[in-house]
Amino acid sequence: MSETISPAVHADLPADLYGLVAEFDTQEGVEAAADAARKAGYQVMDAYTPYPVEGLDEKLGFTPTRLGWIVLAAGIAGALGGFFMQYYANVVFYPLNIGGKPLNSWPNWIVITFEMTVLFSAFTAGLFMLGRNGLPRPYHPIFNTPGFENATRDRFFLCIEARDERFDLQGTRSFLEEQSPLRISEVEQ
Amino acid sequence: MSVRTPSMQETHRVIGRGQTSAGIDDTVNTPVLVGPGRTPRWWWIGMGISLSLLALYLVSIVVLITTGTGIWGNNIPVAWGMPIINFVWWIGIGHAGTLISAALLLFRQPWRTSINRFAEAMTIFAVVNAGLYPILHLGRPWVFYWLLPYPNTYGLFPQFRSPLDWDLFAIGTYASVSVLFWFIGLIPDLATLRDRSTSKFQRLLYGALALGWNGSAKAWQRYQRAYLLLAALSFPLVLSVHSTIAMDFAVSQVPGWNNTIMPPYFVAGAVFAGFAMVLILAIPLRKAFHLENLITMRHLDNSAKLMLATGMIVVYGYFVELFDAWYSGVEFERFMALNRVFGADHWWAFWLLILANGVAIQPLWFRAVRQSPLALFIISIIVSIGMWLERFVIVAVTLTKDFLLSSWGDYVSTFWDWSLFAGTFGMFGTLFLLFIRLLPSIATTEVKELAHHDAHHGSDPFEDVRHDVMTQKGGAA
Repeated sequence: MSETISPAVHADLPADLYGLVAEFDTQEGVEAAADAARKAGYQVMDAYTPYPVEGLDEKLGFTPTRLGWIVLAAGIAGALGGFFMQYYANVVFYPLNIGGKPLNSWPNWIVITFEMTVLFSAFTAGLFMLGRNGLPRPYHPIFNTPGFENATRDRFFLCIEARDERFDLQGTRSFLEEQSPLRISEVEQ
Repeated sequence: MSVRTPSMQETHRVIGRGQTSAGIDDTVNTPVLVGPGRTPRWWWIGMGISLSLLALYLVSIVVLITTGTGIWGNNIPVAWGMPIINFVWWIGIGHAGTLISAALLLFRQPWRTSINRFAEAMTIFAVVNAGLYPILHLGRPWVFYWLLPYPNTYGLFPQFRSPLDWDLFAIGTYASVSVLFWFIGLIPDLATLRDRSTSKFQRLLYGALALGWNGSAKAWQRYQRAYLLLAALSFPLVLSVHSTIAMDFAVSQVPGWNNTIMPPYFVAGAVFAGFAMVLILAIPLRKAFHLENLITMRHLDNSAKLMLATGMIVVYGYFVELFDAWYSGVEFERFMALNRVFGADHWWAFWLLILANGVAIQPLWFRAVRQSPLALFIISIIVSIGMWLERFVIVAVTLTKDFLLSSWGDYVSTFWDWSLFAGTFGMFGTLFLLFIRLLPSIATTEVKELAHHDAHHGSDPFEDVRHDVMTQKGGAA
């Protein structure tokens, strides 16, 4: 989602308009509408579905998530941190001769190194996902959509946001009507 | 497409035919969302029993802390008695939950959904019990944090070369990552509950827990990637946890413990015991909440097959242990093996475990047995007892007679050993009953995705072929 789009181009729109939301009763309906919207040049939009729909992110023109790389970095940090925590404790800070083993007896440290790798990368995956999704977030304009409680049940929603350059109350509404939704709602901020 | 005959019993399908998103929601969430007055009676009875046992647990812990570990039967030479047996038993049970959620997700097994959520809950509650045992066994449980590396005025660090510290890291990571995996998986289902709430309390509870989830495509994209990564991390983690516990034994010099087969054999045993517990919980749960269309015979059948496979690996482990003892040529190893099998004090434990873990699972080769919930339930209970006996033989029987005749001793458990063990069931039961009452025991979003796939592509590529064959045989079409 681009932050550079200026709301000034839409000076004619109601100031508190968040976007136009179309409601569908099938997964195929929202998929076709998302595809058509991207082809019509809309960029600032999102779909809301009760379960993950494979390929819907591509139809909406989203770039792939970079979460994997962040998790990889966290895993490496966890591995190095885990290993050198033990190295520091047993070699540098408090060297202790246990059964004649070398101070740097690294095979004994593999288990904790592995566990620290998993701990760091797992929590990074979970918490970064939440953070990038803006959660926890008690308020979101999309919840003003009439009937949106069914977005977690069996309805599928497509929202074209008013921030979009091509957004035009009449034009966008008639575009969405062509997608044969159950209903179209104007949603406030 | 041939005409569907709904009356025919279908045992191959992952979920029943014709499931809709709204139908799945209602089936799973209605028992969660009904008011307190409509809680079923069996739930109150179960909760009463669990809370009584939980009270016993708390009493046992208070007596333990005020008196000391002398109230237990473990002493030298058997310093690891029932606390460690029960610790290994409980943590083993937890492993099936992670395996179902993580490994089966990575292997793209559709039957994973609809049993993964309660199996993950089972994991967490089993780990709670398991994790408390070594801490209580420390003797001075209030200083357990000395095992953690933290800056302290003594200028000391824990001994990282010790498997007991590996344990702390393994179990700590396992417990926290399991809770994270479970909670991340629950978020969309909590949002579903939030939107179906019927009271202010429910709206507040589920609204707060759902963190504002709105199911946007961008959120799902990141969510699915994070979930896949968590699964990919949890799978090796679960293998490492029981391997680490096995190394608590294998790294020592005690005859019968110092053995390279211990880690894989312990992991197989954990999965074996875990699937037994999954069946013990799933069979009454699907009945009580009328989930037969979501937790189907296919789930029970597949769990039984995995139980059989891992059980046979465990039995192989018993034979390798005996073979190793003979092949090593070490006098003490050979004596240990003979003592386990024929020793005057505890021979019965070895033969009972062979009976429970080796013989009792053999009926699972037959489809008719795997299709009978009652038979599976009974076999699972036998397996759970058998796996407890296995840990009894490994931990206690091995320690009674080691190198020196002068240091031989016996092991007799006490009332407090058993009261604490009974109490852990109270802890487990209380948490599990709270879970099935307050949270959805089936991952509704995942089952919805599966139902959509099912409606358009069928349960598997051969579904229609098999359907036609079956209807011709039965003449029902």
